[in-house]
Amino acid sequence: MADTAVHAGHESGHHVTTTGLSNNKLAMWLFLGSECLLFGGLISTYMLYRGRTGDGPGPNQLFDIPLTSISSFVLLMSSLTMVLAVNSAKRKDDANTKLWLVATALLGSLFVGAQVYEFTAFYQEGIGFTTSLFSSSFFTLTGFHGVHVSIGVLMLLALAAMITRNRVAGDKAEAVELVGLYWHFVDVVWVVIFTLVYLIPA
Amino acid sequence: MTTTDTHEHHGHAHGSDEPHIPTDRYFINVALVLALVTALETSTYWWPDGMQTVATVALIIMMTIKFFMIILVFMHLKFDNRLFSLLFYMGLFLAILVYCITLASFRFFF
Repeated sequence: MADTAVHAGHESGHHVTTTGLSNNKLAMWLFLGSECLLFGGLISTYMLYRGRTGDGPGPNQLFDIPLTSISSFVLLMSSLTMVLAVNSAKRKDDANTKLWLVATALLGSLFVGAQVYEFTAFYQEGIGFTTSLFSSSFFTLTGFHGVHVSIGVLMLLALAAMITRNRVAGDKAEAVELVGLYWHFVDVVWVVIFTLVYLIPA
Repeated sequence: MTTTDTHEHHGHAHGSDEPHIPTDRYFINVALVLALVTALETSTYWWPDGMQTVATVALIIMMTIKFFMIILVFMHLKFDNRLFSLLFYMGLFLAILVYCITLASFRFFF
């Protein structure tokens, strides 16, 4: 009987587990919980050092709030396109799933582009990684976040390509949902960074 | 208690292993609210200097609203099994606790 259940589970793309829940999804949530500790450490370090500007300019002279607001809006909208991709995948609508995944990747790339522009502008104003404790903690925090977004973009494009070639092993909707969870987490971290780093006056 | 019972108690659709997920329209409406809150957040940048304390409190409230709207709705925690919420909140609360203690030890708050 147990064999029959396992067989049926494999056929439908779901593995039977003792909790009745997907182990992949459990692992992803555990990973995201641990990521809270990573970003918590980076945000705390920035909060401690944001006033330690040395001879260089501080956050209030550097930040371009209108630009950062636009890039925040772009990342927020990428969360919408991601959730639409997840819903399309649950409806087994491969064409729309790919469309929304690529749209999310494009919006994510726009965000990364804006961050590269911001970093370049800061560098031209004489703010490097080692200029002050403020600059080191700022570049480390936003750089780590940018790397997470870039990895997310690669994951989205890889998933879209795999769906096109029908190379997704197991449940396709779950694969899209797992990448979606990672993407939304990256967005939620930016919600915190945007407020604590950019908007709250130093 | 069977697995099916557990699912029903945690908001899963009856007779299905999948949680009930809202329509695209619902997610678009949530995204519009998030965009509106982001616009309000950005507007605080141009508030007068005398309102900095009010702006800071308003920003933290708006950040918290956005944070929970994303994790509960977009990440489906509101509709999914409670075990997923437990795993995430454990990490989140541990991070908040550890880093608040760290910041306090550096006299960040006072």
